[in-house]
Amino acid sequence: MEMIADAISWCLIVPGCFFLVTGALGLLRMPDVYTRMHAASVIETLGATLLVLGLIVQAGLTLVALKLVFVLALLFFFGPVASHALAQAALHADVKPVLAEDRRSRNLDSGPTGLAGSKEEPSP
Amino acid sequence: MRTLVLAIALAAFWLALSGHYTPFLLSIGILCVLITVLVAQRMSIVDKEGQPIELFAAAPAYWLWLFIEIAKSAWSVSLIILDPRLPISPTFTRVRASQKTAAGMATYANSITLTPGTITTGVTGDVFDVHALVKAGADDLEAGGMDRRICQFEGTATPTSERKA
Repeated sequence: MEMIADAISWCLIVPGCFFLVTGALGLLRMPDVYTRMHAASVIETLGATLLVLGLIVQAGLTLVALKLVFVLALLFFFGPVASHALAQAALHADVKPVLAEDRRSRNLDSGPTGLAGSKEEPSP
Repeated sequence: MRTLVLAIALAAFWLALSGHYTPFLLSIGILCVLITVLVAQRMSIVDKEGQPIELFAAAPAYWLWLFIEIAKSAWSVSLIILDPRLPISPTFTRVRASQKTAAGMATYANSITLTPGTITTGVTGDVFDVHALVKAGADDLEAGGMDRRICQFEGTATPTSERKA
């Protein structure tokens, strides 16, 4: 029984670590603050979730498992708030994003949302 | 009703975190819950926005859906990071949020940010500024799939192209 639990938690923790390392690598490779945040969000969402789920399996049906669920909930509710604040601060400080395309001025009122952006799309 | 739900949730939270069930600690817990509820009420944050009990029933299904979306996009962002050519095409775009309630819009904005590859950087009225790591991510958001899913979660009718002026 313990072996099964160990196996399951390994199957969660190892991929979790993979996403943590990948996210860290992305932090180093990305060109500017905004794209780095995308790499960081791999860590704080999938990486952290898999890791905590693996720990929950290790903890079994105890209060510790419940507290780990709270940790997860905290990450999921505060993570985007922090990301948003960081992005806003960077924009306010006039950090210019490296952009391939700027669609901020696209018209939102022309037809259904699905078609609004298509006409501005250049060929790849 | 909302006050009652808040009090029950806080009490359950206290019990789960404490793990000690002696009369002394339990009475302190009750006291803490009462003070917190009182303060929350005086700040008038026990409302539709701060305590959206209407959404609680639909939340687990939504979270599951969101988690699958997060897993999918985390995987694609990982592939981009590990690709030696680093094939990114950062795109700034804006999308319209069709949700009717503040809690629904906050859910949409946070879901965009939670999904790796897209970040909500600003909100003006019901328009979100979104930074996407690749063009395809911006295209997906503009297509409005997530917008519709959250409207469904919120209980608002599926949005159409017509908008309030």
